[in-house]
Amino acid sequence: MKNLVTLIAGLMFGTGLILSGMANPAKVQNFLDFFGTWDPSLSFVMGGAIAVTMPGFWLVTRRANPFFHDMFHLPTRTDCDVRLVSGAAIFGVGWGISGFCPGPAVTAVPMAAQGTIVFIVAMLIGMAAAKYFIIWRDRCVGDLAGKMSQL
Amino acid sequence: MGPTMETEFTPILSLLGGGLIGASTVLLMATNGRIAGISGIISRILPPSAAAPGLLQGLFFVIGLLVSAPIWIMVNGQSLVQTVSDNLPLLGAAGILVGFGSVLGNGCTSGHGVCGISRLSGRSIVATVTFMSSAFIAVLLLRHVIGA
Repeated sequence: MKNLVTLIAGLMFGTGLILSGMANPAKVQNFLDFFGTWDPSLSFVMGGAIAVTMPGFWLVTRRANPFFHDMFHLPTRTDCDVRLVSGAAIFGVGWGISGFCPGPAVTAVPMAAQGTIVFIVAMLIGMAAAKYFIIWRDRCVGDLAGKMSQL
Repeated sequence: MGPTMETEFTPILSLLGGGLIGASTVLLMATNGRIAGISGIISRILPPSAAAPGLLQGLFFVIGLLVSAPIWIMVNGQSLVQTVSDNLPLLGAAGILVGFGSVLGNGCTSGHGVCGISRLSGRSIVATVTFMSSAFIAVLLLRHVIGA
């Protein structure tokens, strides 16, 4: 039951992206092209999504726990670090030059445009690389802290 | 990149589609207790540490995304309007940046842009303003300075 509901949530998300036009990277790029062929549609997508998610999250998280799970996994961090800002900045450059972010790119895979497939493969490599990078960086920071404590 | 192409402004459809995306994130939160952050869901499936909690649910969510377009095409009886650049090296570079950046920054348009802003998370608001700005600059340079 839990798996079926999760699959339906994915189907709703993908259908929402298609209905809103966001599965078309040209539409996303045009939102970002303020001085060219500007198309403000994306702001309506975000507005519509937030208008449902904001009261929806508030309502469902008033329960003690989710229907099919023992607890809510809500992010608790509130600090803005270099990692957050540099990651978002890098992500934005890729999003701008392609018009693709992860959700729409996965949704567009079945249409099998060459560019989509190249993007997805590269994106998966980039994600795995970032996971290795974070582990490596945390280890370096740990080593440094160890050396500092020996001084 | 090819020539820039006009797209039709679709306020009603985009608002409705956005509402459906919102309903999906609420459904996922109500049942699984998780943020519908697509980059997080996908990266959890990848090495290293692929066996993170929520892996199986992530797979089912991705399957849902993947069947959306085929079902849409079947129901509507027509293909989707889509313009994907044929500049493959550019798309490859973009894919690396999107994958690397979204994992490093703990989220993308869905996790930070929709779920995070809805929770009024300061981190997500900072992330969203940052990626919107860098994307805007990237398109400005690409289309109006380099003229690709």
